[in-house]
Amino acid sequence: MSNVLWQPSADIETLRHRAAIIRRIREFFYARDVMEVETPSLSAASVTDVHLATFSTEFVGPGHAGGLPLYLQTSPEFAMKRLLAAGSGAIFQLCKAFRNEEAGSHHNPEFTMLEWYRPGFDEFALMDEMDELMQLVLGVESAERLTYQQAFMNALGVDPLTADISTLQQIATEQGFADIAVNETHRDTLLQLLFCMKVEPTIGQEKPCFVYHFPASQAALAQICQHDERVAGRFELYFKNMELANGFNELTNGKEQAARFSEDNQYREANGLKQVPMDERLIAALEYGLPQCAGVALGIDRLIMLATNKQKIKDVLAFDVERA
Amino acid sequence: MANYSTNEFKGGLKIMLDGEPCSILENEMVKPGKGQAFNRVRIRKLITGKVLEKTFKSGESVEGADVMDTDLAYLYTDGEFWHFMNNETFEQIAADEKALGDNAKWLVENDVCTITLWNGSPIAVTPPNFVELEITETDPGLKGDTAGTGGKPATLSTGAVVRVPLFVQIGEVIKVDTRSGEYGSRVK
Repeated sequence: MSNVLWQPSADIETLRHRAAIIRRIREFFYARDVMEVETPSLSAASVTDVHLATFSTEFVGPGHAGGLPLYLQTSPEFAMKRLLAAGSGAIFQLCKAFRNEEAGSHHNPEFTMLEWYRPGFDEFALMDEMDELMQLVLGVESAERLTYQQAFMNALGVDPLTADISTLQQIATEQGFADIAVNETHRDTLLQLLFCMKVEPTIGQEKPCFVYHFPASQAALAQICQHDERVAGRFELYFKNMELANGFNELTNGKEQAARFSEDNQYREANGLKQVPMDERLIAALEYGLPQCAGVALGIDRLIMLATNKQKIKDVLAFDVERA
Repeated sequence: MANYSTNEFKGGLKIMLDGEPCSILENEMVKPGKGQAFNRVRIRKLITGKVLEKTFKSGESVEGADVMDTDLAYLYTDGEFWHFMNNETFEQIAADEKALGDNAKWLVENDVCTITLWNGSPIAVTPPNFVELEITETDPGLKGDTAGTGGKPATLSTGAVVRVPLFVQIGEVIKVDTRSGEYGSRVK
């Protein structure tokens, strides 16, 4: 019997377009003297991020007869930071990232990520550089910039940095999310719900939009801002209802990073999620010394969707997960 | 009934929502790179037919609905109920006006319809996509007109009214698309 799923999910013309964009991206970094690196897809440690689910496997072979547990990377962040600590200078990587439990029109469990780091840059200098890359690849105008607080207030009329949980529950209920709102005890989940569903559709429709100064409670691996401890040096890029990139003014303090990983694991324990041993090699690298730097990860498949005007991620992948 | 987690959501899955059986039309995952995943779902309420959008936190579970579709032949109506029969077991089921909705006008004797049962009771009747019905009333139209531009209303034997081309006349049997209520062709 013929199986039609042998065929690519993207048409060949789109794949040609994809190849041209990848080439343009590499040339962008070559011209700026940013070194291309490759780090392992399989890592002995993984992320504690409570909203990421990893794939895991096992190496059996010389030295590991009993099996060495390995995780597929959800991003190359930790390994690239170890290179930065070892003195690599500015680096970029185009690689596959793997996230379990994610599939849909904007998600494929295996996807392509562009990640780069700039020692000496803060998040604003990195936004400038990223803006240039977007103009080059998408032919768009220079991106708009909004703080998270401003974007949220523009769309919903409430200050996300000061609103208490009952106010956020009330707004979520008014916006049609009553079932989620009544039971939700995590402030950040309500913020994420409202941001995804109600703020994102209001920003970055005509040209890309950077949203920066995310709440400190959603700092992830970014530094907390010195001028206002309620916010972090974290930014995201949105365009046409698509989240394209996430960047940080990177946290360089190993002790604080280890404390954040522990907090993640406490949340995991309290919410019935599996705890993840923290990446001690990353912590050791931070303690050795990570130069002050900014870094960002961009979803290449989504960028290509925008460049080729496709609605589904599978339309820009040679083979999506259903055809893998 | 079993519970379904959001990972099991897909088009066609029947779930309970606010005490009413519903069918999932589309399921889309929405997840920020750093943050909670949600499922944005388009749902049809099976009794009222209303389509609505609903957002779930990914990982939540909802109760399944005991809903099944069965293909039955239409027999007759006694004015209050419409009677259908399983052609293999000869078992009969009666559906009321609420289950029929607007679809009574497409019922042709012996046509096989899809009856949706919730906890064993009919809640919806879906006629075949195309039915053949006789025209009982329509204006004679202009002689020699074959272009069929504009058309004219025609009443069919079941009382349904559809727009037909000018050349179609009383007594002719036509094929109608029940989903759109549009004329398809003459049946020779």
